[in-house]
Amino acid sequence: MSVFELRTAHVDRVLQRHGGRREALVQILREVQEGTRWLPREALAQVARGVGLTPAIVEGVASFYSFFHLRDVGRHHLLFSDNITDRMVGSCRLARALCRQLGTTPGQRSADGMASVGFTSCIGLGDQGPAVLVDQQRALTRLDDLRVVQLAELLRAGEPTERWPEEWFRIDDQVRRADVLLEAPAMRGEALRAAVARGPQATLDEIVASKLRGRGGAGFPTGEKWRCACCAPVREDGTRIVVCNADESEPGSFKDRVLLSRHADAVFEGMTVAAWVLGARRGFVYLRGEYRYLLEGLLALLARRRADGLLGRGIVGCEGFDFDIEIHLGAGAYVCGEESSLIESLEGKRGTPRIRPPFPVERGYLGQPTIVNNVETFCAAARIAARGGAWWAAIGTPVSSGTKLHSVSGDCARPGIYEYPFGVTIGRILADCGGGSAGREVQAVQVGGPSGVCLAASECGRRLCFEDVPTAGALMVFDSSRDMFEVARCFAHFFAHESCGFCTPCRVGTELVVRRMDKLAAGHGSMFDEQTLQALESLLHGTTHCGLGASATNPLRDTLARFRPAYERRLQSPDFKPGFDLDAELEPARRVTGRDDPGAHLEWHA
Amino acid sequence: MTAFTLDGAAVPFLDGDTLMSAAVRAGRHIPHLCWHPRLGQSGACRLCTVRVDGRLAAACTTRAAAGQVVENRTPDLDRRRRLLLQMLFVEGNHFCPGCEKSGECLLQAQACAMGMTGPDFEEFHPHRPVDASHPDLWLETNRCILCKLCVRASHEVDGKDVFAIGGRGIATRLIVNSPSGRLADSAFAVDDLAAQVCPVGAILPKRRGFAVPLGRRRFDLRDAAGAGTAEPLAAAAAVGPSAQGEGADGPR
Repeated sequence: MSVFELRTAHVDRVLQRHGGRREALVQILREVQEGTRWLPREALAQVARGVGLTPAIVEGVASFYSFFHLRDVGRHHLLFSDNITDRMVGSCRLARALCRQLGTTPGQRSADGMASVGFTSCIGLGDQGPAVLVDQQRALTRLDDLRVVQLAELLRAGEPTERWPEEWFRIDDQVRRADVLLEAPAMRGEALRAAVARGPQATLDEIVASKLRGRGGAGFPTGEKWRCACCAPVREDGTRIVVCNADESEPGSFKDRVLLSRHADAVFEGMTVAAWVLGARRGFVYLRGEYRYLLEGLLALLARRRADGLLGRGIVGCEGFDFDIEIHLGAGAYVCGEESSLIESLEGKRGTPRIRPPFPVERGYLGQPTIVNNVETFCAAARIAARGGAWWAAIGTPVSSGTKLHSVSGDCARPGIYEYPFGVTIGRILADCGGGSAGREVQAVQVGGPSGVCLAASECGRRLCFEDVPTAGALMVFDSSRDMFEVARCFAHFFAHESCGFCTPCRVGTELVVRRMDKLAAGHGSMFDEQTLQALESLLHGTTHCGLGASATNPLRDTLARFRPAYERRLQSPDFKPGFDLDAELEPARRVTGRDDPGAHLEWHA
Repeated sequence: MTAFTLDGAAVPFLDGDTLMSAAVRAGRHIPHLCWHPRLGQSGACRLCTVRVDGRLAAACTTRAAAGQVVENRTPDLDRRRRLLLQMLFVEGNHFCPGCEKSGECLLQAQACAMGMTGPDFEEFHPHRPVDASHPDLWLETNRCILCKLCVRASHEVDGKDVFAIGGRGIATRLIVNSPSGRLADSAFAVDDLAAQVCPVGAILPKRRGFAVPLGRRRFDLRDAAGAGTAEPLAAAAAVGPSAQGEGADGPR
């Protein structure tokens, strides 16, 4: 068979496996690409025919997600995690070194076609970076100069990843402090049997009584969300839907990875408890594409739960309690962590946030009432179903019940996962993780990732809970050697890269912020630039279509307010300074005329 | 009939109305670019951002409710609109003096109405192709502001899906559905609604130039506010509340 015939047959097999359903489009594209390495136009056209969509719509979906390649890439595709914490341990230098040894540049395929190297948003390994995603299948951790040299050799020799040292792929959970969620034993149906014994309404009452609030950051009361979905009418052939948001894309967050590695049974059990309350028959885990390496283990666990009567028909022997879970893999899009974008993506579309109302609890996946909860929320819900709402409500603070997992990374001696009851002070976490070091005291902490808040060391007494500093569970530590302007600039690039492009203020505004901060970084800053940045910051708050845009300038706002010196030394010029180098703009003219004498320069530096 | 107030004046509304559809029916203008009376709601341009009971919201996607106090033409909101318009101007390549749409262009008209005197931000000068392949229509994506009116019109009214949205972030772009990616090989026709709704000069009929002299065009005679009510009025009355629950990019 020719290459073309092989590819056609592969695409046909994938389409068949998904029954040509258009809502499976993102999964189909991913599985096609796993066999073809990239998505040629003809393959997209074949997929379009197979799912009954226009080729332009399929191209529109494919070009939305970072992990779909519309041009050929190298035999191995390496993406350096590009969070600030990766940069702090040398990721940029290592990426340059790797490119040099392969004779290529970031984003380009090496001349021998063996590899391409690029950057991607944080891949959830902030406690063991620098990290690199390989072929969107596995992740390299703790990269260093020696490994880069060996890696380049393996790449050039065309060695398959199975023959790379296994140690390079080691991912540690690094649980540093466990509380009720992390120290609990595996779950094999206890919560389900308790829920069935109680009945759906009484189970919901326990969730409400627990005062559990969503762990994804917004903190919406979980019981209230479930109750709204229970009240929403279901169409005749439909069902309610339970979705687990495992698109852990907030830079610096990795606690969901650890929960899915160690406590996936509790997560699945929590989803099944929700299904019991809602009368839902269908569930999804939206697993971020970066965590592809967790897929096989999760599928095996689902199979075991089916065999144990904890999923499928007649769960825990209760007739009519039918529910099953599918895993949907994302493909590199931060915005899909927003629940309505996530549902769009589940339906095989571009991850553009929906207009609300209607909210997902009324009309979500394929128009059906849908709850979307974080991994950690389901994990907690399972424990609450087993042990009761009063038990959970007694932990934490009156407004913020229970415990919270924190992914701690950056300048600290013991990065990893820390579980505390709500209300813990930042100072306590810094003491436990060994933040800062002698002569390099802690300068700042970024709580809740870039979309959260950046606090100064003087605010260590503040407490992590909904009534003081809410958090989605990421805490990055910066010591006094770090330039907080560069931290904010890194996050500005992140938001611009992840903007879905739908609304004007986010699409253009995040790009304008990036250009302005790059201008400052290049030494072209003036006092006027701060006014512009402030104007953009104020516009993005409140004018954007969704929360991504609304929080995109949080790092700018916080660092401007708290770390002014980092900006001031870049904003000293009282005169207007253009964003470009006038002399450099003359370079094409110099090239054409073959001149490089003083007369061909605006300023001559001999 | 129940009502909300828009800059102090009562605006009656029907069940399911957005602030925008009710305001248009009442002959009131809320600045906008991506809204059209015959098409589903979008919320992409954000020019119609108003204050509803003190909170910022897009008038075209916010459901009207009795007693809402809506602020529209305040200095703060118009300042935000100016910034949004400047963003759209620097994002694309807009050269009004050489554009056939000048005087009929809603982007230009809104910019004038909001008192925008210059782009202020640095222009991006993107490299975007011109598609001149179609016998009757130009596709000048340098002027595209990604309002998606053509995408929605082609899907909802023409039933052709000639256009789709591709890319992400600042690389978001309009794509044409045809084997070659060119307009000539698509099902696009001059009578399509999608060929009429472009608010800027990105989709223009060929062989028509200066049919109305500069200085006597739509927005030369009246400002954007007048034009915003003129022809949508009748149509809006016939159109009920728009489809909801879809991703804001449209049906797909």
